[in-house]
Amino acid sequence: MSRAQALKAKQTAAVARIDVANLPTGGAWLNGARKAAVSRLQQMGLPARRDEYWGFTRPDLLVAPAAQAAPVLPVEAVPPFDAIERLKIVFVDGVLDLEASDDLSAENLEISSLAEAGRRDIHWAQDLYGALEAAAHDPVARPLGALNTALATEGVLIRVTGKVSRPVSLCYLRREAESDAVLHHLIRLEAGAEMTLLENGPAAARLNKVTEVDLAAGASFHHVRTQGRDHGRQAVALLFARIAEKARFKSFTLTVNGALTRNEAVIDITGDDAVVTIAGAAAGDGSDGVFHQDDTIFLTHDGVNCQSRQVFKKVLRNGATGVFQGKILVRPGAQKTDGYQLAQALMLDDDSQFLAKPELEIHADDVACSHGATVGAIDEEALFYLVSRGVPRRIAKDMLVLAFLADALDEIEDQPIRDDLKSRLQGWVERHAR
Amino acid sequence: MTKPLDRVQAKDGVDQDTVDAVQMVGEKYKYGFETEIATDFAPKGLTEDIVRLISAKNEEPEWMLDWRLAAFARWQKLEEPDWAMVDYPKIDFQDIYYYARPKSMADKPKSLNDVDPKLLATYKKLGIPLKEQEILAGVKGAEAAPAEGRKVAVDAVFDSVSVGTTFQEELARAGVIFCPISEAIRNHPDLVKKYLGSVVPPSDNFYATLNCAVFSDGSFVYIPPGVRCPMELSTYFRINAENTGQFERTLIIADEGAHVSYLEGCTAPKRDTAQLHAAVVELVIMKDAEIKYSTVQNWYPGDEEGKGGIYNFVTKRADCRGDRAKVMWTQVETGSAVTWKYPSCILRGDDSQGEFYSIAITNNMQQADTGTKMVHLGKNTKSRIVSKGISAGVAQNTYRGLVSMHPRAKNSRNYTQCDSLLIGDKCGAHTVPYIEVKNNSSRVEHEATTSKVDDEQLFYCRSRGMDEEAALALIVNGFAKEVLQALPMEFAMEAQALVAISLEGSVG
Repeated sequence: MSRAQALKAKQTAAVARIDVANLPTGGAWLNGARKAAVSRLQQMGLPARRDEYWGFTRPDLLVAPAAQAAPVLPVEAVPPFDAIERLKIVFVDGVLDLEASDDLSAENLEISSLAEAGRRDIHWAQDLYGALEAAAHDPVARPLGALNTALATEGVLIRVTGKVSRPVSLCYLRREAESDAVLHHLIRLEAGAEMTLLENGPAAARLNKVTEVDLAAGASFHHVRTQGRDHGRQAVALLFARIAEKARFKSFTLTVNGALTRNEAVIDITGDDAVVTIAGAAAGDGSDGVFHQDDTIFLTHDGVNCQSRQVFKKVLRNGATGVFQGKILVRPGAQKTDGYQLAQALMLDDDSQFLAKPELEIHADDVACSHGATVGAIDEEALFYLVSRGVPRRIAKDMLVLAFLADALDEIEDQPIRDDLKSRLQGWVERHAR
Repeated sequence: MTKPLDRVQAKDGVDQDTVDAVQMVGEKYKYGFETEIATDFAPKGLTEDIVRLISAKNEEPEWMLDWRLAAFARWQKLEEPDWAMVDYPKIDFQDIYYYARPKSMADKPKSLNDVDPKLLATYKKLGIPLKEQEILAGVKGAEAAPAEGRKVAVDAVFDSVSVGTTFQEELARAGVIFCPISEAIRNHPDLVKKYLGSVVPPSDNFYATLNCAVFSDGSFVYIPPGVRCPMELSTYFRINAENTGQFERTLIIADEGAHVSYLEGCTAPKRDTAQLHAAVVELVIMKDAEIKYSTVQNWYPGDEEGKGGIYNFVTKRADCRGDRAKVMWTQVETGSAVTWKYPSCILRGDDSQGEFYSIAITNNMQQADTGTKMVHLGKNTKSRIVSKGISAGVAQNTYRGLVSMHPRAKNSRNYTQCDSLLIGDKCGAHTVPYIEVKNNSSRVEHEATTSKVDDEQLFYCRSRGMDEEAALALIVNGFAKEVLQALPMEFAMEAQALVAISLEGSVG
């Protein structure tokens, strides 16, 4: 198939995909955003297996007209972040449940649901909604983002005007085995504003989620999420962020289980002196069902004297697949950039695989950029050391696995949150140890 | 063409010459002269008839023609790849001469003594001795070294034909076959049939397929089992004719336990229009054999405005077929307007080893997208990649590589280090590594850094009285040291000098 034919096929698939979906309608601003997204999607087409950025992950499940059924796992006795004082917003199978949520009014916060705001003709979000997604297709198209903007009817629009005292927590529950959710959140932090966003839960059998984060000068955004542990779930989560001068952005994702998880982050540092950290820990065991986890990061430096850090760790066993595609792009003039990228996989057996493409594209000379990627088995020497000190082999192995993942978890600043996730991960490791 | 370079001398003085050249402003590409020589061209453009004509000129057997025609049919259906990080005007494949031969080569010269003196003079000017008693000069103290160890056999390829191969007889006594591939097709059809296209098949990629259809000459080497090649072998490629593509094909076979070191050099005249060079190099390494393949690629890079230069689209691959086979690629890439080249290693045999050492220097408008592939198939295989990219001017330099550990490649190892150095704020340095690991007893480590020339180092050298360009050359040579050390001595000296020349004018 020639390149022209391949593009045509993708465009045809996009048109067909939109045809089977019922395009929602809303107020003027939202309709406009949706229409623009539809035409973007028709231009770029749906992702296909031969696309460069889908070489390691098959997009089939994510572009299919319907979700593949996934058994619903009961909610944990103690869900993540349970002990943390927070403002809870609950979604069930991708639909906002106001009854189950906390009161949405809080100091320095303006929260509205997309469904409700979308019916209005004017809204503060009207110029921002879908804009970061629309800007993120060059040089690499993110068609699933455009698909999301075209189809989303659910999500929250959050405007932060100052320091928020407690984290906003989005809880994604699911009840249906075949639910197919499309969520689109928009978060705008005004100059100097500060907030923490927590996310947890599987959301749906299949989830397509876009989160647009716009940080004004000096804003500080801290994001921690765990992706539901339901084995069969499929998810693509796209994070589009724009970072102005002196802003701070930190995001951490914990993924355990899930048939297919593709986490994309497109982060644009547009101002000077900004600091960005994006990290993730993933643990997958293929004997629970398919496990395929993919982190795809595209980080652009367009400001002077900015720092960025990417730390991704994956533990894989029994035919699990871990993917990392990370790119740092330093634009001309983005001098004094300090870019760091680390991707490591620990493979606990011979059946698993790790596929990685850590990229650097640098157009400025006064920069220090580095990346490292390693793959290997448990260090036998470290294991021997622990065993020789009387630690049972099984426990020693768990300790080494947890220590390996800890590097990524340590990127979470908030200690109670970090400890909560660490203990969850420990539970997973112990349950999956041999 | 700019004024002819009358300063260019034989390589005997190359050391001093290069040092002089570093200090000289203006003339930078010293191999940019053109040899005025009557040339026979095949008609412009590419058709089945041209493929037949090339085959006929080389007096090829039927099977070879069929092979070429099949490749040509396939090529017509292929699309030019567009994934590399290079940008150049679309090539009109019908506006190129696919065959150019000095008229004097119409009747094959029987020995080097019969070769047109103009051709011999050209190679002399390039510093390539086409006389058997001469050693490849340019190495201080080489004269003192045992003559036996310093001999280099040369196959000289001029446009589409090989003009001569030295030391053939002496090599034949050791059982080594070293000859133009056109000759090998006629004289050693069994070997050629068995190995040609077995590493880079005619279906491999757009440029390789094109090469299969139209390659005119190149070198053929066969080292029989257990033989250590008594001298270094080398091929020197020269493009001379205008609007002509060079499509050479190199095939080297190291049979069980054999050992050979092979050097390759390339230059071309300065011209305003870009020229295409699409070569294929295939290395076959059997059990316990070893090939060391070194390249100093110094094609004309185009001028400061990006006018002219060679498009260097090359497919190079080594197949370690037997256990404990070993291959080492070393490349110094300083020339070419656009480079698209990924010398690769298929590590099929258990305990086989692949190494790749590369320095790619781009200055002015040059663009390079180069790297390697290490495909680990056998158990306990090892590979090592050391790539140093240096960018200056408005050049773009990309490392693109693959390390793949297949499920049955247990206990394999890879270590990759890619460093990029930027000189000036308008150039680019990029790293695109692919890592695919499918077993857990293997270990893959990849490191990459990008930085600029350290101001403190520069200051240190300047404070010791070095001028800025000499200081830069010294620092860059230090940065590239690991690769330069992997080169055979003859090339190491030239490469160090080349590093300095290529960066001339990039400071300040």
